[in-house]
Amino acid sequence: MGDKAVIILHSGDMDKVYSALIIANGALAMGMEASIYFTFWGLMRLKKGELEKGPLSKMNMMGAGRQMIKQRMDKAHVASLEKLMSDFKELGGKIIACEMTMEIMGIDKEEIQTEWVDEWGAVGTYIHEAKGASITLFI
Amino acid sequence: MAELEVDVRGQTCPVPLVECRKAFKKASPGDLVIVKGTHPASKKEIPMACEAMGLEVLEIKDKEEGKEWEIKIRR
Repeated sequence: MGDKAVIILHSGDMDKVYSALIIANGALAMGMEASIYFTFWGLMRLKKGELEKGPLSKMNMMGAGRQMIKQRMDKAHVASLEKLMSDFKELGGKIIACEMTMEIMGIDKEEIQTEWVDEWGAVGTYIHEAKGASITLFI
Repeated sequence: MAELEVDVRGQTCPVPLVECRKAFKKASPGDLVIVKGTHPASKKEIPMACEAMGLEVLEIKDKEEGKEWEIKIRR
């Protein structure tokens, strides 16, 4: 099975984390392999209790815009990021955490939700994953 | 031969697709998977996913005056 989607999640914004997890879950559901490489602001979302905490990428308005979108999402029965993450892991999705970001941001492994992380890596890990992938995205 | 029901009525993208994939993992070859949903795009995309995975779609039917659908798949 050479069909694979590899996504770099550079953003920690709530709406973009949704995009990454929805696309990755979609790939798994279509019978592909999928991995998400969490780097920079995206890596912040792997910290314990932080997955749902990102701001909105536009019109966040100190959290007011975010709250409004969240209400509309609840009304439309959009799944939580926690559910999407747990589905992603259940269907065999792979999470790679960027080690350089951890060093820059001064994050220790103890601060990270380590049970989600399959691999700690750098650019070589991404290239290795992505060279055989049919879909790769930078979010 | 077992029959698995996946009820994703009221659920939106990507949950219907994801729950189907979970059911295919649980089911054994030959089992029937019956998916009930309301999300319009999934009615089209679940058969696409089945095709990608080489699974046979036996039936797609509309219910409740087109507000609901039911897809029968052979694992």
